[in-house]
Amino acid sequence: MSSKSSPEWSKRLLAVVTGEKFIRLLAISLVFAAFVGLWYLVSYVIIEEQRRFIMPPLHSVINEAFVDGGARSDLINGLLITTRVALTGLAIAVFLGGLFAVLMSQARWMEWSFYPYAVLIQTLPILALVPLIGFWFGFNFQSRVIVCVMISLFPIITNTLFGLKSADRGLHDVLTLRRASRWQRFAKLQLPSAAPSIFVGLRISAGLSVIGAIVGDFFFRQGKPGLGILLDSYRATLQSELLFGAVIMSSALGLTVFLIFGWLSNLVIGSWHESASSDS
Amino acid sequence: MGGMSAGGSSLSFASVSMVFPDGTEAVKDVSLELAAHDFITIVGPSGCGKSTLLRLAAGLLLPTTGAVSVADDNIGCVFQDSTLMPWRTVERNVGLLNELERLPTDECRRRIEEAIALVNLNGFENHLPRQLSGGMRMRVSLARALTTYPRLFLFDEPFGALDEISRNRLNDELLRLFKETRFSALFITHSVTEAVYLSNRVVVMGARPGQIVGEVNIPFDYPRSPSLRFSPEFGQLSAEVAELLSDET
Repeated sequence: MSSKSSPEWSKRLLAVVTGEKFIRLLAISLVFAAFVGLWYLVSYVIIEEQRRFIMPPLHSVINEAFVDGGARSDLINGLLITTRVALTGLAIAVFLGGLFAVLMSQARWMEWSFYPYAVLIQTLPILALVPLIGFWFGFNFQSRVIVCVMISLFPIITNTLFGLKSADRGLHDVLTLRRASRWQRFAKLQLPSAAPSIFVGLRISAGLSVIGAIVGDFFFRQGKPGLGILLDSYRATLQSELLFGAVIMSSALGLTVFLIFGWLSNLVIGSWHESASSDS
Repeated sequence: MGGMSAGGSSLSFASVSMVFPDGTEAVKDVSLELAAHDFITIVGPSGCGKSTLLRLAAGLLLPTTGAVSVADDNIGCVFQDSTLMPWRTVERNVGLLNELERLPTDECRRRIEEAIALVNLNGFENHLPRQLSGGMRMRVSLARALTTYPRLFLFDEPFGALDEISRNRLNDELLRLFKETRFSALFITHSVTEAVYLSNRVVVMGARPGQIVGEVNIPFDYPRSPSLRFSPEFGQLSAEVAELLSDET
């Protein structure tokens, strides 16, 4: 450390300013500022005053949706309901998807029998099924969870299966040579090898589960109002500030689950796997 | 493969041929006896079926015709790649094979410590493979194989990817282990110097189909010193091996 008086603090400042964290934060902030600037430009300059409701300025969105008590409690209740649906759906999807992926990785006939149907679930137009699911299971929590599971199941299955099957061939040989049991091979080799891609699947599905919860809610239009129903009713009543508020809430929820799983992934596999430490 | 008796030899190939389902004739009519405490190296051009031969010896492949027999199923294998689990530390990688056998924990501990000391990796017990150099990863792989006390070792170009300095050093350490633990070894390489330095018999293979084209006996006693590589006799034997190889290409 240099003991000369003057440039000590400025050196430190320079170190912070040129550090990667700072630059990344700066990059994100600049894009955000540009985005907000563009928003105000559209609200105040591009569209005329009578039509301002189609793009209300940011501060009135915040005022009406998050500062005003009535709307805020509606939105927060909606957020809680939607979160509950999304997390329940995700948990079920993780359990079912993981289970099927493990079974398929252990027996080829299981893969041949079930994988095509996993693809089919993915290609089904869920929106078209939403009314049917309503007829069969009612319009409450249960049906919303079913929609959510159907939307978020596939990435869990494919990513887990891919991970389980991509364990190193050489390590497979090592275990074969020592006559490892099927369970030992699974627990000591396949499952840890699959961890990175399982987390990829989890992150994708976590985002999809939020979308699933909102879509289900949006189209059922009945039962306790989650974010989906709120979105629809704000749209119908032209309360565009609240509509924007609900959109912000939805994406905040999606972003939060994404970040949580990114953090979890880093925690579990960050020490040995490159993908985990680089992003998020 | 099974544990058939091999009449005094620790590994024997009897007229072994291997044809893969796609029609490739990888190994043709190979007969080879590996006596107890033999160190045999196999040299040959790439694609001559050396690795296939080793996989046959390990029981990972079954020969199309002929028979492969080993005296003892307890075989140590070290491959081209160190085949370590990237999520396990050095000591947990070394302990893997004992875990599979469900040995008591303190016995596992003892063998891990012993093996790590044998390959000079003390102080690296808690490192992950990605924190190690290629040579050190190979040592971990070797230590892992040592924990089952195999009587027969199979090496598939284990030091092929290393620089010459690390390779020479590992060759010396391998010979020290050979002296201390008295296993027999079948070692595949494409380096003539390495082949002559390590073994008491060099078997030369030719390509397409892989077959034995010649053998050179290496009469030097163990332990061998690094300076042996520069002796005239060593040069003479290396030239003989190289001669056999060049006839093939």
